[in-house]
Amino acid sequence: MTINLFLFLVLAVVVVATALGMLFSKNAVYSALFLVLNFSTVAVFYLLLGAPFIALTQVTVYAGAIMVLFLFVIMLLGTEELEESKVLPWQKPTALFLAFVLLVEGIYLMVMQKTTGLIPTPVADAGSPEVIGNMLFNKYLLPFEATSILLLVAMVGAIVLTLKKKGGQN
Amino acid sequence: MVPVTYYVALSAVLFTIGALGVLIRRNALIIFMSIELMLNAANLAFVAFASVNGILDGQIFVFFIMTVAAAEVAVGLALIVAIFRTKKSIDVDQINMLKG
Repeated sequence: MTINLFLFLVLAVVVVATALGMLFSKNAVYSALFLVLNFSTVAVFYLLLGAPFIALTQVTVYAGAIMVLFLFVIMLLGTEELEESKVLPWQKPTALFLAFVLLVEGIYLMVMQKTTGLIPTPVADAGSPEVIGNMLFNKYLLPFEATSILLLVAMVGAIVLTLKKKGGQN
Repeated sequence: MVPVTYYVALSAVLFTIGALGVLIRRNALIIFMSIELMLNAANLAFVAFASVNGILDGQIFVFFIMTVAAAEVAVGLALIVAIFRTKKSIDVDQINMLKG
C-alpha cells in the first residue's frame, strides 16, 4: 500500500464520518462544526490532487466565510434543536431507500465510465495561483466578470430580504 | 498512486449523504448545509478529473461553483431569517402556506 493510498483511505474515512455526523447531529451547531471539518478535509484532498489554490480557497471561502455565516444565523435565530415532526411518518424509510438507490446508481455511473487512470503526483506549479489567475483572466474572463455581477446581486438580494420595512406591514 | 475511480466513488458517497440530508432532516439550516455538501462532492469530482486529465479547466469550474455557493448561501440564509420572522420556526414542515 503506497503512502498516497493510505492517506486517501484515512481522509476518506474522516470525510464520510464527518458528513454522517453532520447529518445525524441533533444540534445544528454540531452539524455546522462537523461540516467545517469536512470542508477542511476535502481541502487536503485538493492538495493531494495538485490544486493548492483551490484548496486554500476552499478553506477561506467554505470553511471560513460560509460556515461562519451559518453559525451566525444559528446563533441569531436560536433554533439549534427542533423536535421530531410527525407530519409524514413514511418519509424517512422512503428517503433511506431512495438514497440507497441514488448511491448505487451514482457509483455505477461514475465508476463504470471510460475515464480511468491513476492520479499523477502533482508537479510543483500545477494549480498554483499564478496559473489559475492566468486562465481566469484570459480564457475565462467573461464568466469571471459575470461572477462579480452575481455576487453583487446576491449581496443586494440578501440586504433587501432581511430589511425591515418602516411601514410595518411585512 | 490512487485510481481516479476512488475519488469519484467518494464523491458519489458524499453526494448521496447530502441528498439524504435534504430528504430526512426538517431543520432548514441543516437542509442548507446538506446542499453545500452536495456542491462540495461535485467539486471533488471536478478536481479529480482535472488532475487525472492534466488540464486546469476543472479547477476553474470549481472556483466558479464556490462563488455561486457563496452567493446562494447569502441569499438562502437571508430567506431563512425572513421566514423565521414571520413563522417563528425554521421547521420546513411548518412552512405549508403559500401566503403566510
